[in-house]
Amino acid sequence: MAKSQSVEQKLVGLADLVVEAARKKQDPQIEIPVRALSNVRFNERKRIIEMGKATQARTFFNLGMAKKFMQTVLVGDALAELQRQDLTTSLREIYYRTKHTLKDSNENTFDSQDESDPIIEDLEVTLASLREELHVAAEGRGSIVGNIVLVDDGDAIDCTRAGKSGHTVPSICEEPDIRIKRCGADFVLLVEKATQFNRLSEDKFWKRHNCVLLTGNGQPPRGVRRLCRRIHDEWRKPIHVLVDNDPWGYYIYSVVKQGSINLAFESQRMAIPNVRFIGLSSFDPEKHGLPRNVGIKLNDKDISRAKELMGYDWFQKKEWQREIKHMLASGLKYELDALANKDFRYLTTDYLPRKLKDKDWLD
Amino acid sequence: MGNLMTKKEESASKPEFVERVSAEDLAKKQREISVSEFFAKNRHLLGFDNPRKALLTAVKEAVDNSLDACEEAKILPDVEVKIAVAVNGGLPSGASQSGAVKQGTAKEGPPPAPSQADRFIVTVTDNGPGIVADQIGKIFAKLLYGSKFHRLRMSRGQQGIGISAAGLYGQLTTGKPLKVISRTHEKKPAWFYEVQIDTAKNEPRILSKREIEWDRPHGTQVAIELEGRYQKGRTSVDEYLEQTSIANPHARIIYVNPEGQRVEFPRSMHELPHQPREIKPHPYGIELGVLLKMLQDTKSHWLSGFLCSDFSRVSPKIAQEICGKAGLQPTMKPRMVHGEAAERLYRAIQGTKIMNPPTDCLSPIGEPAILAGLYKQIRGDFYTAVTRAPAVYRGNPFVIEVGLAYGTGQMAQSVVEQELALPVAEGEEEEKEVPLARLMRFANRVPLLYQPGACSITKAVVETQWRNYGISQSKGALPQGPVVIFVHMASVWVPFTSESKEALADYDEIRTEIRLALNEAGRRLNSFLRRRERAELEFKRRNVFEAYIEEVAAACGRLKKGRLNEERLKKQLQAIARDKTGGEKTDELVKKDGKHEPPVEHTIIMTPEGPQGAVPAPVDGQAMAEDKKEDPDGEVAKRRTKTGRSR
Repeated sequence: MAKSQSVEQKLVGLADLVVEAARKKQDPQIEIPVRALSNVRFNERKRIIEMGKATQARTFFNLGMAKKFMQTVLVGDALAELQRQDLTTSLREIYYRTKHTLKDSNENTFDSQDESDPIIEDLEVTLASLREELHVAAEGRGSIVGNIVLVDDGDAIDCTRAGKSGHTVPSICEEPDIRIKRCGADFVLLVEKATQFNRLSEDKFWKRHNCVLLTGNGQPPRGVRRLCRRIHDEWRKPIHVLVDNDPWGYYIYSVVKQGSINLAFESQRMAIPNVRFIGLSSFDPEKHGLPRNVGIKLNDKDISRAKELMGYDWFQKKEWQREIKHMLASGLKYELDALANKDFRYLTTDYLPRKLKDKDWLD
Repeated sequence: MGNLMTKKEESASKPEFVERVSAEDLAKKQREISVSEFFAKNRHLLGFDNPRKALLTAVKEAVDNSLDACEEAKILPDVEVKIAVAVNGGLPSGASQSGAVKQGTAKEGPPPAPSQADRFIVTVTDNGPGIVADQIGKIFAKLLYGSKFHRLRMSRGQQGIGISAAGLYGQLTTGKPLKVISRTHEKKPAWFYEVQIDTAKNEPRILSKREIEWDRPHGTQVAIELEGRYQKGRTSVDEYLEQTSIANPHARIIYVNPEGQRVEFPRSMHELPHQPREIKPHPYGIELGVLLKMLQDTKSHWLSGFLCSDFSRVSPKIAQEICGKAGLQPTMKPRMVHGEAAERLYRAIQGTKIMNPPTDCLSPIGEPAILAGLYKQIRGDFYTAVTRAPAVYRGNPFVIEVGLAYGTGQMAQSVVEQELALPVAEGEEEEKEVPLARLMRFANRVPLLYQPGACSITKAVVETQWRNYGISQSKGALPQGPVVIFVHMASVWVPFTSESKEALADYDEIRTEIRLALNEAGRRLNSFLRRRERAELEFKRRNVFEAYIEEVAAACGRLKKGRLNEERLKKQLQAIARDKTGGEKTDELVKKDGKHEPPVEHTIIMTPEGPQGAVPAPVDGQAMAEDKKEDPDGEVAKRRTKTGRSR
């Protein structure tokens, strides 16, 4: 609870800042760290993305920023309310909580959630508080199945007995809510899509290969990333990431590994620099005899995104440049689902066993 | 094959057996067609194509006549239009003693609802000079009889077809005669006439006439029973009368619709439009055939004299020049000029530089009256009017006038009123659909409601680049937004595309003039819009902070769990806001800016403090339209606050 106190104190600090500026007849201003590629640095030693020192001043008496300033204070107030009542809520509920019309007008404080979400992220980085600490749960959950026992809110969950669809990974995976009681698996396989997770779960892949299966349904939510990191840290298990072969898949892998640009300050707690990219690789279609016609043509956005990735500091390894160049050269991307072209169970029976045996992965 | 041969032979020989019709036999069937017969069969040419339009045309012809008559007699027009559903069987033939046209006793049950009815009685009453009893028959029951065709002077009617055609239409569709009451002087009796057209002869047939009691000192009332259909909305009688009132603010029009509702369009100008003078034709405007006829009919003995006296703007010097170019003796007898010589004369006239026709034959509505008309009838934030200098097409002088009304009238409301609107929900804001501008076309003060697409006015409006004036417009369409565009053409001879007078023919000279007038009005609108935008920005700059300070102070209070003097914080923040936005200095700056703004001519701008600019004075306590309540002190009060502020 000591931590919570300090978050509340930080939020009250917003009010202090306004009062202090007003007293000094100054324009109140909040220094907000810049959340952009220009303000992140790849720490070669720690192998994670770190946030730089650049900040942007958000001032009140500037016509272009006045509304955002007001919105920031309103969101700060709502977050303090959560702290005081010890409640956790969603981004969307914060939006509704802070939405009302301004006095004597029909102007809304917020017109859509697109306006309030970035403000919450601004406050996360400004106050250096994690979203979990702010009591805001990200939407979207993951699933876990395999040789691991969790204690979720006091209940021991044996994930070998969690059925085909596994146990739900909550959006906040911190002590004391979630404890990892035991993990006897050899490794963790983080799968991008539910389809492949379900296939592997149904085929009891985790039993034959003694592993833990995790999915986050696309870009893994923070809970899944955090749980993954804790399994890695607390039980020293290697992590493999299985994603589609497209720029989006590469980026999912890179966020799990080094952290995201938008919320770079959280890399410390979220990034897992040791994860490996097991597939799909742009070389896999040839290795596994996937025909050209199950590929999808890269669109303009894919191509520019791929080129952008090649420019990131953390994609400079030779193997990675080769991997991305090869995708661009083929002009095609492949979904994991395309493996079904060979056989419904090709992923379980051939693809992954062969990958693991050959140690055919990228770091 | 054989069959085919026979057939061929047969067909070849057939003509032999057909009896020829001799020219003499044909001649027996050839006879004169009267105009009445012609128009009875071609009523669409006069605007009686369908029942809905017929009702409008009848009202229109009667009202046009009333207004023309009043103006000629220098009387401020008071016109009453009443449309009533006719009971089946219509009027009892012997009208009641009072003479006023009344509905028959409802023996056949109640009349149908106005929207369902197919027979109406249109009654139009004016306070004009009245008509001499002997003329009543001819004016109302003879086509092409009147005072307006044989002169070159601006008037609403041009040929003298209108009202008699409406009567003819009524006669054709209901069999009922036209009923007319007229009185020329309070000391003279009023006459009641029932007239019909003898279509074969185009002559009036007077069914009855008698002296009656009438409560009006002078004026005319005409009642037509006809087949029609009553509908509101576009191209309705309602719209026609509204527009008529806008273009004729010196007229007071009372309208009783078939539902029995009474609408008054008040008079907002108390001066008659100046009376246009009659002119002689300009040489550029005539055609060869007309020239030939004029040569035959003239009273002049010399060709040069004929040119000088029968045309406008031909001086003896010019006449000499024309004769020289045509190679004709100026002393030649006009009657002797024909054939090839006449053609030479015609070409010489076209090739000689002649001064433009005089323009005092025109009576434009004028900027103040257009403003008054728009202001009383249209709700807006901005009004402007432009009257162009006279121009000429084919020798006919004309004037183009444009009026523009913009906005929703919100500027005139107080801020609190505006904010009665509900809070906006997510995604709601994009749903607003911008309507197209409303275009009102007029020729000689008469609204044109049909065939907008064929009209030169529409073309000129569409081809104007409204985007330059801050109004959005899709390609080839009317501009969008809360705009009313008023375009009027005044001319001694308005070039209509057809006899039903619905659209202006497309002459380059006319279209150019319209465009120039629209450009001027557009420029004024643009400067208003830009000024308003600036003012809004300034208003926002100040008010935005005020509203946000409330929010921020309240949120800070909650964050501090009430351990905060919110009022003091607000005051401190407000002080900073004033400091940052320039405070009082900005106030002065803005006002100074406004003072330096040259007052735009013929423009009214609505502000929260009241209308500014060329606002027509509300006169002799006449009630303005209900939603336009005026504060006569508004202007003064506003000035007072202004001086108060600048100190």
